[in-house]
Amino acid sequence: MNLSRNWLADFVDVSDIENKAYCDRMTDTGSKVEGFEVLAEDIENVVVGRILAIAKHENSDHLQICSVDVGEDAPVQIVTGAQNIFEGAVIPVAKAYSKLPGGVTIKPGKLRGVESNGMLCSIGELGLTTHDMPTAIEDGIFIMDASLEEKIGTDIREVLMLSDSVVEFEITPNRPDCLSVIGLARETAASFDRALNIPTPKVTEVGGDIADYLKVKIDAPELCPRYTARVVKNVKIEPSPLWMRMRLRAAGVRPINNIVDITNYVMLEYGQPMHAFDYACIDGSAITVRTAAEGENFKSLDDKDHVLDTGMLVIADDKKAVALAGVMGGANSEITENTKTVVFESANFYGASIRITSRKLGMRTESSGRFEKGLDRENTFAALERACELVNLLGAGEVVSGIVDVYPGKKDATVIKLEPERINKFLGINASEQFMRDTLKKLDFTLDGDMVTVPSFREDVEGMQDLAEEVVRIYGYNEIESTGISGNMTQGQRSVSQNFEVGLHKLLLGIGLDEICTFSFISPKYYDKICLPADSAKRNSIVIKNPLGEDTSVMRTTALPSIMEVLARNANFSNEKVGLYEIATTYTPTDTEGGKLPDERKVLTLGFYGRGDFFTLKQMCETVAKYARVKVEYVRDSENPSYHPGRCANILLADGTRLGTMGQIHPAAAANYDMDMPVFVAEIDIPTLFANRGAEPEYKHLPKFPASSRDFSFVCDEALEVGAIEKVMYHSGVKLLEDVKLVDIYRGVQVGEGKKSVTFRIILRSADRTLTVEEADKAAKKILGNMERQLGITIRQ
Amino acid sequence: MKEMLEKIKAEAAAKLGEENADLEAIRVQYLGKKGELTQVLRGMGQLSAEERPVVGQMANEVRAYIENLIEEKKASAASAAMAKKLLDETVDVTMPVEPITVGSRHPLSQVQTELEDIFIGLGFEIVEGPEVEYDYYNFQALNIPENHPARDTQDTFYITDNILLRSQTSPMQIRAMEQKKPPLRIISPGRVYRSDAVDATHSPLFHQLEGLVVDKGITMGDLKGTLELFAKKMFGDDTKIRFRPHHFPFTEPSAEVDVSCFVCGGKGCSLCKGEGWIEILGAGMVHPNVLRGCGIDPEVYSGFAFGLGIERIVMRKYNIDDMRLLYENDVRFLKQLG
Repeated sequence: MNLSRNWLADFVDVSDIENKAYCDRMTDTGSKVEGFEVLAEDIENVVVGRILAIAKHENSDHLQICSVDVGEDAPVQIVTGAQNIFEGAVIPVAKAYSKLPGGVTIKPGKLRGVESNGMLCSIGELGLTTHDMPTAIEDGIFIMDASLEEKIGTDIREVLMLSDSVVEFEITPNRPDCLSVIGLARETAASFDRALNIPTPKVTEVGGDIADYLKVKIDAPELCPRYTARVVKNVKIEPSPLWMRMRLRAAGVRPINNIVDITNYVMLEYGQPMHAFDYACIDGSAITVRTAAEGENFKSLDDKDHVLDTGMLVIADDKKAVALAGVMGGANSEITENTKTVVFESANFYGASIRITSRKLGMRTESSGRFEKGLDRENTFAALERACELVNLLGAGEVVSGIVDVYPGKKDATVIKLEPERINKFLGINASEQFMRDTLKKLDFTLDGDMVTVPSFREDVEGMQDLAEEVVRIYGYNEIESTGISGNMTQGQRSVSQNFEVGLHKLLLGIGLDEICTFSFISPKYYDKICLPADSAKRNSIVIKNPLGEDTSVMRTTALPSIMEVLARNANFSNEKVGLYEIATTYTPTDTEGGKLPDERKVLTLGFYGRGDFFTLKQMCETVAKYARVKVEYVRDSENPSYHPGRCANILLADGTRLGTMGQIHPAAAANYDMDMPVFVAEIDIPTLFANRGAEPEYKHLPKFPASSRDFSFVCDEALEVGAIEKVMYHSGVKLLEDVKLVDIYRGVQVGEGKKSVTFRIILRSADRTLTVEEADKAAKKILGNMERQLGITIRQ
Repeated sequence: MKEMLEKIKAEAAAKLGEENADLEAIRVQYLGKKGELTQVLRGMGQLSAEERPVVGQMANEVRAYIENLIEEKKASAASAAMAKKLLDETVDVTMPVEPITVGSRHPLSQVQTELEDIFIGLGFEIVEGPEVEYDYYNFQALNIPENHPARDTQDTFYITDNILLRSQTSPMQIRAMEQKKPPLRIISPGRVYRSDAVDATHSPLFHQLEGLVVDKGITMGDLKGTLELFAKKMFGDDTKIRFRPHHFPFTEPSAEVDVSCFVCGGKGCSLCKGEGWIEILGAGMVHPNVLRGCGIDPEVYSGFAFGLGIERIVMRKYNIDDMRLLYENDVRFLKQLG
């Protein structure tokens, strides 16, 4: 909302307050100011002048030499190239050393050898348009009204009423009443403790009876609580007067003609959108406020065609819709220069309905933007009266006697008990009851004893808390004293699982991985990039109905593409040796159509290139497992389409629960990211890791007796995994077995093609004695026996 | 014999004085079983009883003298050898090295953790909730019914008519109040989504931190006190805060909260665009409709809530001029700030 301070002055006098101080205080009391602009500030030393004589320039066929009276002792000589001038013309003159909009300075000089001491101005040079100055032409000197002759020498800003300050407010949606000069005047008066003067409009009627012109029927009273109208006849369409055009211009509204300007003027002044339509275009003499028929066609006055539905409200005559209620008038009843009789409509419409209509049709107008916030039903009448008062004032037509006022939706005023003590306690302040009463009165609340009646334009005020806000915003938010929370103590803490994650972050940073942060939504094409088959269940994602673009259109079910994107991007930036991790959320649909939220699961992804191999990755996984004190097993998975079939494992818990997947990314998938180097990634499910974490450790005595060890080498098939051998050793039932270590793997001619020789060391120990050679041998023998029975492998001779 | 001893002493001393003297050979030559001094001692039997102790003592003195000399020589040889060894082991301390690889925390996590720790210190618990959320929690229960104009200010991503991507962390207020009864002091950090195209200052996904306190007798002064403490912890002890009236549907009264610029301290600079203040928080007293909807009687209890954008703080803190850097995850960027 752009507020003209000249306009504001009609209702409250704050002329002694500088713009900055005005803006600061208004912001402090709840009407947030975005900024202010001093209009015509950049125009200086430009005055009204009159051309006394015109002479031809000898060295030019288009330049003319003017002698111009600028109200000084002697006329000034100005050379101009303009052709629309004549002797006696009253024109704006930029004198020597004057300033014009856009940082232009006019200096005296010579034009083809002839001295020129200023410039005659066009409206463009003054920053104006033909909308602002309808009598002017775009391309030529602004020839002003001859009656301004008596103002020769006067500052052009004064004569054209250009001087004003405009304050830009950001009005919150709960305060549609402040989308008006009067609303802001009320706030101003309360903020600066000044008198507020809102005159009641007075209309002069010419007789006749509106009933002879118009009947109004409301078919949808829940959508149209009130409809007020007046008729103006013998209308003369012409430009509105300068003062009105300049106020509209300051408010950012383009002047059109007197009738349209009046509707805009009243909307800005009262906050009540008005509509004017040509009475001649109405079929029959009844206006019906009804919902549109399904598929009804409507052409709005901006010449666009719309197809309506039954949720939309229209203003209709006997045959057709003449306006889309609260949004825009129809082209079929638009005010034209031939309009003779005008119907002024000042109505109230249900906000939510206007909002739906304007969104559906993509029509946001000044009018709909106000209606959708819910306007004051009581305001329609005063606004209509003001419009007709302006018709009188401008001589724009004759107001027919009588008013149509159909008001099916009158509401009772809200009444709230004033509880000063409770308000003070709630806010933590100590304001006097008198201050509270005075403040509320200034804001147009009425008090009767302890009962406060809320003004009709303040639908947002419903209870004690709202009254408290009214009090405190005038009292000053910054006057509230800061206090500590008293009352019950609470334990500030992270939950066990949150702490588990904090520790995990530390661990991952400690092993040299950088944390990344990726978007939760991805493109469905990302599933192709990680080579998921077309029928993969993982492709079933939560789909955003109104995405910004395909790249952010579905919620990821796996975080693998996210880390791959980042790895690829870093490779593209030529970053070497990159290792990353993220604790990412994935979103797996459960029953979205059935109204169920997806399963949101955190997953740890870690990945790298250029800094290790499969076993580096496995070390990292082991480090994570050790952190959680879980025992995990790695089981080869050659079926996972995203991973190298020979270098991928599922990470399983002892009971077979899948904790995650790790391995080298399939070269085909890596190639989809333009990566030709080996890329390694692990995905670990955080809730599973957390739920299966080991108990807090407990101290066990350090060994008192030395261990014995035995090394064995076996030759076995290449395909036999060392994990299988280890498992047999561990499960040999030898209580003394403390540890098994893989010492060496040898492949070569001695062991033969397709074979390998693996060397293990077993560590044997007893807690209560040093083992004898016989005991150690016996244990070793038992293990070896198992090896032979279960795996068919024997010690290498 | 005395002469012989003197001679041995002198000879041994001379030999030991030579460079590269073979200390063991000299020891054997003079002090060994067949050594010269031993030979002299063997001839002691021929001396008179008077001479014997005198020569004996002298012989012992010579032995001690040579032994000492050898020890000294040994020690100095060892220290010379050590010195040489150390010299040989000299390294060029100016040789460049890479630091041991330690990962860098993402700046968003870093600041989020910092914020969390401040509020934990003030008695707050951390709660987390779904990002794919019901319209009810994101809007309706927060006093934003359908077709409320406040919905316009946050363009929301929808999944179905009543499931959406949460546009704020405020739904956690409702979930928390449904699950727990006062006294409540919670913060809820997390991801939120709004339909804003990506540019230097906008992102369709960003992070917020929401706070909520509900108890008997909670005042707006408590809200101010809490945020003031927070601001001082986060931005330094000299930080001031400023409340400006605002409107949020789920708080009443509502405020926008500025902190004094942490670069210029309020004088006005390029960071705060000459204002001296930086808007950082939205806050207010929990709206009675919101409390009521969660089964908390606003006649008995009151509360305050606040929310802040983590990106905004991160960008101010590290002087980052383009939000996209935070999601690009270039390790050169991450390592600078980690």
